[in-house]
Amino acid sequence: MKAPVSWIREYVDLPAGVTTDELAARLTALGLKLEAIERPGDQITGPLVVGKVLTMEPEPQKNGKTINWCTVDVGAANGTGEPQGIVCGAHNFKPGDLVVTVLPGGVLPGNFEISARKTYGHVSAGMICSARELGLGEDHDGIIVLSEGAGAPGDSAFPLLGLDDEVIEFEINPDRAYALSLRGVAREAALAYGAPYRDPAERRLPEPNAGGYPVEIDDPAGCPVFVARLVTGFDPAAPSPDWMVRRITQAGMRPISLAVDVTNYVMLEIGRPIHGYDADRLQGPIRVRRAREGERMTTLDGAERTLSVEDLVVTDDSGIIGLGGVMGGETTEMSDTTTNILVEAAHWDATSMFRTGRRHKITSEAGKRNERGVDPVVTQAAADRVVELLTTYGGGTADPGVTVVGLPPEQPTITISYDLPARVTGMPIDAATTVANLEAVGCVLEKGDTTLTATTPPWRPDLTDPFDLVEEVARIVGYDQVPSVLPREATGRGLTREQRLRRRVGRTLAGAGCVEVISFPFVGDATFDALGLPADDELRHTVRLANPLSSEEPAYTTTLLPGLLKAAARNVGRGAPGVALFETGTVAFPADRGPAPIYGVDWRPSDDELAKLFEAIPDQPLHLAVVLAGERERGGWWGEGRDAGWADAVGLVRRLAAELGVETDVAAAQRMPWHPGRCAQVRLAGPGDGLAIGYAGELHPKVCQAFGLPPRSAALEIDLDALMRHARDVTPGPDFSAYPVAKEDVALVVDTEVTSADVESALREGAGDLLEAVRLFDVYTGEQLGAGKKSLAFALRFRAADRTLTEEETAAARDAAVALAAQRTGAVQRA
Amino acid sequence: MSGPNTDYDPVEVTPLKAEEVEAARDAALAAITAAADLAELKQVRIDHTGDRSPLALANREIGALPPQARKEAGQRIGQARGAVAKELGERQTVLEAEHEERMLVEETVDVTLPTDRVPAGARHPLTTGAELIADIFVAMGWEVAEGPVIEAEWLNFDALNLGPDHPARTMQDTFWTDPGTDHLVLRTHTSPVQARTMLSRTPPIYVVCPGRVFRTDEYDATHSPVFHQVEGLAIDEGITMAHLKGTLDHFATQMFGDGITTRFRPSYFPFTEPSAEVDLVCFVCRGVGEHDGAPCRTCRGEGWIEWGGCGVVNPRVLAACGVDAERYTGFAFGMGIDRTLMFRHGIEDLRELFEGDVRFTTAFGTEL
Repeated sequence: MKAPVSWIREYVDLPAGVTTDELAARLTALGLKLEAIERPGDQITGPLVVGKVLTMEPEPQKNGKTINWCTVDVGAANGTGEPQGIVCGAHNFKPGDLVVTVLPGGVLPGNFEISARKTYGHVSAGMICSARELGLGEDHDGIIVLSEGAGAPGDSAFPLLGLDDEVIEFEINPDRAYALSLRGVAREAALAYGAPYRDPAERRLPEPNAGGYPVEIDDPAGCPVFVARLVTGFDPAAPSPDWMVRRITQAGMRPISLAVDVTNYVMLEIGRPIHGYDADRLQGPIRVRRAREGERMTTLDGAERTLSVEDLVVTDDSGIIGLGGVMGGETTEMSDTTTNILVEAAHWDATSMFRTGRRHKITSEAGKRNERGVDPVVTQAAADRVVELLTTYGGGTADPGVTVVGLPPEQPTITISYDLPARVTGMPIDAATTVANLEAVGCVLEKGDTTLTATTPPWRPDLTDPFDLVEEVARIVGYDQVPSVLPREATGRGLTREQRLRRRVGRTLAGAGCVEVISFPFVGDATFDALGLPADDELRHTVRLANPLSSEEPAYTTTLLPGLLKAAARNVGRGAPGVALFETGTVAFPADRGPAPIYGVDWRPSDDELAKLFEAIPDQPLHLAVVLAGERERGGWWGEGRDAGWADAVGLVRRLAAELGVETDVAAAQRMPWHPGRCAQVRLAGPGDGLAIGYAGELHPKVCQAFGLPPRSAALEIDLDALMRHARDVTPGPDFSAYPVAKEDVALVVDTEVTSADVESALREGAGDLLEAVRLFDVYTGEQLGAGKKSLAFALRFRAADRTLTEEETAAARDAAVALAAQRTGAVQRA
Repeated sequence: MSGPNTDYDPVEVTPLKAEEVEAARDAALAAITAAADLAELKQVRIDHTGDRSPLALANREIGALPPQARKEAGQRIGQARGAVAKELGERQTVLEAEHEERMLVEETVDVTLPTDRVPAGARHPLTTGAELIADIFVAMGWEVAEGPVIEAEWLNFDALNLGPDHPARTMQDTFWTDPGTDHLVLRTHTSPVQARTMLSRTPPIYVVCPGRVFRTDEYDATHSPVFHQVEGLAIDEGITMAHLKGTLDHFATQMFGDGITTRFRPSYFPFTEPSAEVDLVCFVCRGVGEHDGAPCRTCRGEGWIEWGGCGVVNPRVLAACGVDAERYTGFAFGMGIDRTLMFRHGIEDLRELFEGDVRFTTAFGTEL
């Protein structure tokens, strides 16, 4: 909402010397937030004066343009009193018109200095200005033509154009719709300074009578009040007065024609949107009703609209002539030949307005006000003001008929105890302050002993609850008066175990050289294709968005890898020799358990109802993913560097599991986007019962290529929730022996396809309780083993809890281990 | 050295004369002194104290001497051997020290060589920032509550006094899941976590809810469709706006330093009444509006930075969430973590947080 300061001052006697900055700050403190202050005159210096066009000679140019060589009377402003010769490219004026002229030495917005210069064969000594050149809007259809008698040649044009005025732009919150008018802004200004206020909607009104245009309301809930007034003999060619054009422009709207400007002006002034019909195009009585499903109409923006039973429409005998309160219809629109105008001022149900605006995607100045709630009491005053302005400036006659159908709804009352504002705000607000402030905002109070009952003012439909009144009282006292007090010490339980584990996971990965990334969780088919996922892959079963940012990525992701792979490629593209990135974040899998219910809000839903609600929400496990691309260890004076590979990915999973005290094991798996021969499925061991929680390994070469990553890039993705659920809770104290260790190395030859994990577990089991540790320290393949064979070398460590082991005991345990490995895996001990 | 030596056949047993013992001793001492390093000294030790050294041989013969001669010979030889052993020990110490000193000099390396074999990792500033915020509140006895990002419409809107026709529903342009009749949204704020907390617990409640939220904003230097919020909720007997102010002042000071406090401006949020915008004293110009003689860039010369929204929990929200509004009052607040960090660290472009460039993130590797 843009409010010219001069307009605000018309309704409120602000103290002398109040600056615009101060006023804006006070209003901000009351809840009308300052967005910007416009000072259009600041950008203009020097002689900007009224000029009277004496002569204009059209001169066609070789470039096809026609310029006008004009002489302009600028009075004594040029120091000589002689007419000023000026070249002008616009054509929307004629000799005798008053125009805005900037003379040499003047400066226009954009630091545009005006000097006498030779152009089109003349010395042009100045410029005739358009609104845009003066920073007064985007209108560049022609130069500004002032109305007759607006000023004398040579007068300063600053006051005529409002260039000496300042405009405050406010951001108006939805609860303060009344401030979408000067009436409301001025009321707040009066509140801010305790200054006298004159309500522009307060005027003597003609009595409603039966002689007006016939109107019927079928839906009084949707349209409680409808006022119709007729103006006849209106001159459609009459121009809007300069002051009106100026104010409409200052308020950020476009002046169009007197009839339209008047309706907009009154909307800005009083806040009530007005609609004008060409009365000669109306057929029969006006009726307001709900539309029938599928009815059609063309609104005055030319759009054909299919209506719903919820839309309120204005009709006459010809059918629908307007989408009530939102936009008029094409068939009865005012035009440049309209001489008889029917003025409609109606009060509409805000919810209906909101729904209709949303359904038809119409945003208009009228709609904005109607859907937030307009003062229902000023309907007749607004219509009367429109009639006044139309007849004053358009030469028409006000028809004596005054149609007023319906009554404004009764204002609600709210009862609060006097000390409620103090109890809620913590400010020492006494009963007298509460009373004074509520009265200042327009409430009518009925004062009891401990409680007061406030009838809210009609322009404040937002005041419905006791706490609404608290806010009104508090904002006038001033939010800067709220003391700063810490609440009592709460007795919280600290971070949850899961929250602490997540921190540990992040620190572990950062400690391992990985850099955390946060990416957008949106995904699409192209990305799934790039990951090589088969058409029926479960990861393609996504939660889809109704209104995605991009149609390429219309779903919430089921995997964190795409974001990481893209970020890794971006880093590599920017010259990083290698990257290790990780992300923890939720992914989503559709619940497919029906829609989430919508409950009432007057009381808490039952536990069963809540359970139903929670069940409809998609599963959103927390995942962890890592991508390792390119150099993992740098080369240097210590030797060669090393690129990341499958083992880094699997190693990170193992390290994390170890950090959380979770037993896991891995098994070969084939899963896109991983290399089919270099992918490990990670499973929970022990109490986790073999649950697969993710995959780690080298990425498929096609995937590396699709994402622009170095060959052999590796990745992992696991369900971190599942891992954390099995994290060790309380660590039992370890029991270990101080007796000497006995070491045995064994080299076992097995078939290539036998996994080291199988051999190791056989050794472990076969060795029995004396075994302390097994560690694979070498893998060898070579000719002397023969094709299809490999040798796995294990270091076994034995120790007893209560004695030093004898060589015989150690050897027996080792032999038992080897024997079981032989039995299970066909292992043969190398000599 | 003095053990039995079966190879030795003492055929000719002649006790050394005193002069011979002295000569052997002097020769040994001279050799010890002459030994230049530990290897030479080792040879000297063998030559002069070994089994076949003159003094060792002489010692061995003592037993064969007539009893009257033994004592004198024994004394003389013993003294000579003692002198040699002592000198050997001393020389050994000296040479070892010399050796060690030389070795340490020889093993000198260039300690300025690079050692960054595995480049450093780092957690994201949004993660560490959210943890910092959580810790500030946990230290006050609050808890950290979390919830899903794909959320029931009822929890994201209705329960928070944003009815189906509330204009605020269009204020926050919302991502809806498809089909819309599923009544699910990508949460537009972390407030549904507050609702969940109230629905599942009884007051007193002191929770802070950090998390990822979504709005259909264009992606530019200051807006993102995906961003992060932290909200706080306190429900207890006798809670007032003053407690809200106290809590936010404390939060601001912990986050930005002493003297950085907050200011309230009236505002509107459906879930709070009264509602306020929270501004923060600009921590660059400290509220002056100027910095280094020019209008402060951080706060655009205003001395204050818009930080978030807050207010007293609307009793309608308490009712929908099953909190006894007669007995309890509450306050709630919320602000962008991304935005807070942009201020705190002077990050100019929001998009840097989401690009995943390691050069950006590693710079924050030292954040706690």
